[in-house]
Amino acid sequence: MRKLTFAQATCEAMAETMEKDPTVFAMGEDLARQGGIFGQFKGLPDQFPGRILDTPISETFIIGGGVGAALAGARPVVDMHFADFIGVPMDEIFNQMAKARYMFGGQATVPLVLRAPDGMTFQGAAQHSQCVEAWFPHIPGIKVVAPSNPYDAKMVLKAAIESDDPVLYFENKILYKEKGELPEVADQVPYTIGKARVEREGTDVTIVSYSIGMKNARAAADLLAKDGIKAEVVDLITLSPWDKETVLNSVKKTHRLCVVHEAVKQSGFGAEISATVAEEAMEYLDAPILRYGAPFCPIPFAPTLEKMVRVYPEDLYKGIKGMF
Amino acid sequence: MAVTKAQKEQAAKFYETMSTIRHFEESIKHDSLAGEIPGFVHLYIGEEAIATGVCAALRKDDMIESTHRGHGHCIAKGADVNKMMAEIFGKKTGMCQGRGGSMHIADFSIGMLGANGVVGGGYNLATGAALANRMVLKNDKVSVVFFGDGASNRGTFHEAMNVASAWHLPVIFVNEMNCWASTTPYRTTCNTENISDRAYGYHVPGVIVDGQDVFAVYEAAKTAVERARKGEGPTFIEAKTYRIEGHYVGDPELYREREETQKIFHDTDPLKMFRIKAAKLKVMTAKECDAIDEKCAEKIKAAKKFAMESEYPDSSEYMKYVYVD
Repeated sequence: MRKLTFAQATCEAMAETMEKDPTVFAMGEDLARQGGIFGQFKGLPDQFPGRILDTPISETFIIGGGVGAALAGARPVVDMHFADFIGVPMDEIFNQMAKARYMFGGQATVPLVLRAPDGMTFQGAAQHSQCVEAWFPHIPGIKVVAPSNPYDAKMVLKAAIESDDPVLYFENKILYKEKGELPEVADQVPYTIGKARVEREGTDVTIVSYSIGMKNARAAADLLAKDGIKAEVVDLITLSPWDKETVLNSVKKTHRLCVVHEAVKQSGFGAEISATVAEEAMEYLDAPILRYGAPFCPIPFAPTLEKMVRVYPEDLYKGIKGMF
Repeated sequence: MAVTKAQKEQAAKFYETMSTIRHFEESIKHDSLAGEIPGFVHLYIGEEAIATGVCAALRKDDMIESTHRGHGHCIAKGADVNKMMAEIFGKKTGMCQGRGGSMHIADFSIGMLGANGVVGGGYNLATGAALANRMVLKNDKVSVVFFGDGASNRGTFHEAMNVASAWHLPVIFVNEMNCWASTTPYRTTCNTENISDRAYGYHVPGVIVDGQDVFAVYEAAKTAVERARKGEGPTFIEAKTYRIEGHYVGDPELYREREETQKIFHDTDPLKMFRIKAAKLKVMTAKECDAIDEKCAEKIKAAKKFAMESEYPDSSEYMKYVYVD
């Protein structure tokens, strides 16, 4: 086993796919000279000259140009710098990227990956800290993934690049530096987009999360274990199409559900999970569903304010204790 | 100088493409007003020379991005009119198997990468396709993006023009300056008389051409295509034309005088202009043009029959093509 950071793991995924397929290339702001502002493209520009492109600050081109490149037969990976900037090329995402295959009757394929670094970090304030993943599972035609650890970061990114459908890849800025174990390349298991993983088995409550929310899920499960409560922790990994079956099976076993994410709670992806469980497994529930996310507030700058919009493992611990 | 066989053939091809578009659009207009065609349709009548002249300068594997007013581009690039008509009627035999309709007509087999329902949505797609072809796939294919004067005020115009110029991408910006952005006259929302003036700011050649003259459009496009294929970068072609029809079929056109539009059409109809110029150049006679018109009328009649007789897509297949896998 090797230890790599999340950022290094994504570089491995890029390198392996670029090695195999000459039509894979990447473009975005500050990728070639800087290696990505979070080091997530480090080394790739030297390894693949001319295939990691520094674009102008032109988000509609970065995404729209990526879609055009995909339509022409290339396999682009486009970088959004910060997920917060994704509103600029929104038309390119939901009207072009997502619709081309369907509205042209299957003539088009859009094998594109949009990488979007998200989440609170470095006191980034309102326009550099957001988690906006929940906007996108509402759009048919694109897939949405948000891995929580280095191994998944690599395997999910590989799957996204190899997919013939457009994939939005949300990568959390705090997770970039986190280290995790990766098997040797020969022992790595390919990821299938749409599959969740039961990361920790339990019998008393199901905690569902993804991306950095998994840190809360794991920490809360540890706290609960001290009290003899066995939490089952499900890492969703893919938000669209999401793995209902794994979540429903878990809830049917544990009879309790808690969902958590860093994004704003209102209309967050937790709402979709909760609604689905209420629709399809209500009779199995022994307690109302618990949902955690940020309050309905822009991300503030001052540390004393920013800490108020975060979710903490203790919140989950207290809430889940109240379910029994 | 004697007229060559090649010149005559080319002229006949120009006229046949323009006549096909004209007959196609007139048929669509009739059927849309009669309630037989659902949804919005936007006609290319009066602008035929632009798509025809530009696409004649392209190879089959070159790529075009079209607009909501896209039937003409599609025909000029070489699409099958039966499949086009079937698509506009929403039939299973249509280009997009009834998924797209008039505003999303596409034929990837001839590099027609789709009409776009979003005004100004095509620039980045065409520029991205040019980038992929030149920098990634390493071929010499050229892209064209068609857009109106209304679309020239989108921010996407700037982003695509800038990067196309910076990276010398093989993309040609073809502006169909038809003087109307839906119901709004162009000059009330823009202080630049010639949109091609903007090309200067990007260090891109900006060319103004009479959009009613297919020969002139072809020559401008040919120069631009050669330049692009050689790796010398983009060209901006502003083709002066006029939107003869309403914004869409059924538009009450409360914003302008019908008589004025009719007069402009009378004076600048590109098919009529062609006949005058062709006679002068001695490349085609009026009789030869009449014969082509007759042939095109039959072709479009057959296309309509094909569309009418085709089935609608099976309802159970509505989810097909959302994803590949």
